[in-house]
Amino acid sequence: MCGIVGLYLKKKKLHSQLGSYLSAMLDNMSSRGPDSAGFAIYNNKEKKRYKYSLCLSKKVNLNNFEEDIKKNFKNLDIKTISDHTILYTSAKPQKFIPFIKKNYENILLIGYGKSIEIFKQVGSPKDIVKKFNLDQFSGSHGIGHTRMATESAITIDGSHPYSTGEDECLVHNGSLSNHNNLRRELIKKGQEFHSLNDTEVAAGYISNKLSKNKSMKNTLTDCLSNLDGFYTFIVGTNNGFAILRDEIACKPAVIAENANYVAVASEFQAMAHLPNVNKAKIYEPEPGVVYTWGK
Amino acid sequence: MGKIENLDFKKNSLRKINSFLQNISYKNNKREFTVKNPRGEHAICAGLKENILVKINGHVGYYCGGMNQKANIVIDGNAGTGLGENMMSGTIHVKGNTSQSTGATAHGGTIIVDGNASSRCGISMKGVDIIVKGSVGHMSGFMAQAGTLLVCGNAGEALGDSIYETVIYIAGNPKSLGVDCIEKKITKNDIKKIENLLKQGNINKLKAINFKKFGSARKLYNFNIDNASDY
Repeated sequence: MCGIVGLYLKKKKLHSQLGSYLSAMLDNMSSRGPDSAGFAIYNNKEKKRYKYSLCLSKKVNLNNFEEDIKKNFKNLDIKTISDHTILYTSAKPQKFIPFIKKNYENILLIGYGKSIEIFKQVGSPKDIVKKFNLDQFSGSHGIGHTRMATESAITIDGSHPYSTGEDECLVHNGSLSNHNNLRRELIKKGQEFHSLNDTEVAAGYISNKLSKNKSMKNTLTDCLSNLDGFYTFIVGTNNGFAILRDEIACKPAVIAENANYVAVASEFQAMAHLPNVNKAKIYEPEPGVVYTWGK
Repeated sequence: MGKIENLDFKKNSLRKINSFLQNISYKNNKREFTVKNPRGEHAICAGLKENILVKINGHVGYYCGGMNQKANIVIDGNAGTGLGENMMSGTIHVKGNTSQSTGATAHGGTIIVDGNASSRCGISMKGVDIIVKGSVGHMSGFMAQAGTLLVCGNAGEALGDSIYETVIYIAGNPKSLGVDCIEKKITKNDIKKIENLLKQGNINKLKAINFKKFGSARKLYNFNIDNASDY
């Protein structure tokens, strides 16, 4: 099953509300995915530094880690919420990512970019939303996922959103059947994977295409011929997000749009709390059609 | 519960509201009810059994009015998947759009959709009449067995795939026809049926002669040895 949600705020004055709107959306989708949950928040406040979203296992001593990282990187800020740490640093990914991989095998890098912050955890979406204080977050847009596990184990590795490129992430309702072949092909092209999950492969596929300067529209159109299975995707980027449903369109999605926001969710009830939603333009995305919003 | 003014999802649970509407005594003089703040909840007004009128002010979730018998349900909003699934009689009128599988397996009564219905509208329908004033999505009328599907707009791909004896009237065009679905000649009897449905749907802009008729070629009814390689 799984539940997916996305919210893009068109007006800057609403940005402080992003977290509270999104947390109620995720909470409501618990019924579609009680196993794990995660969300990505896009916030453009940092102009120059990168943000690295890390998940620390219990084996890591946070104080030692902080000291160690401060020795190696300057102009550094650290924000820790529960077992997740966001590192703000001017260090470029080419330098920072190999450093983390080399020195900390118990730290999972779950995303990076100038705008994105990712949080995901195993357990009930209601608890996870609380644990990470999602309602306190501000930003321009965010996407989230509640998981009913089918394709791989209930672990953080198996939780969405999947980020496989700078400021990119994907949430998925559905399942893919050709992900093993596609994973092998993408590994040959240099894409890295950390789980056996089908969605991570789709995310890698999308990142690979985008890195070749393909537009979001063309990339997602290519998905229709190369990804075999059922899916409703929400793809987040620095600029906004995009939606694609496969052509059979068994996996639901509904969009509500007005002058203030674009909301997307698996079911209308996830957005029923949004202001003036009953007067918004409400429609289902057509099968096989790419929808994008953003700057 | 018991107080009629409490058919409000801000004040009461789905189970309480449904249970109240399901247990209206035929002796009760009050026959009209309004449900407030439905907030996309699923299975609202499922299993109603009496000839009552229920107005729902807002958008509803999945399987609204499922298994309905006799009741008239008016939804001032959109409806999710499986509106009126397995309905036996009565009417459901949606003023907005409906999601997939509208009227799935419904045996009787009438469903009227003022907007569009998405994919698989009337899937496996067994006698219901479905009137869609907008368009329907792909695979509509899939394995539809009896009843009538009238569409004022267009239809998506594979209309009437593997259809049995449901009759489809459509004013626009299907993007493509499904397996064993063919266009048929409109008869005087069809004109009467269409006129009746247009009247029920309060549709004045179209006339019966604007519609084309589709139904089963009945070639899938018996196994054909020439098709063996297709399986």
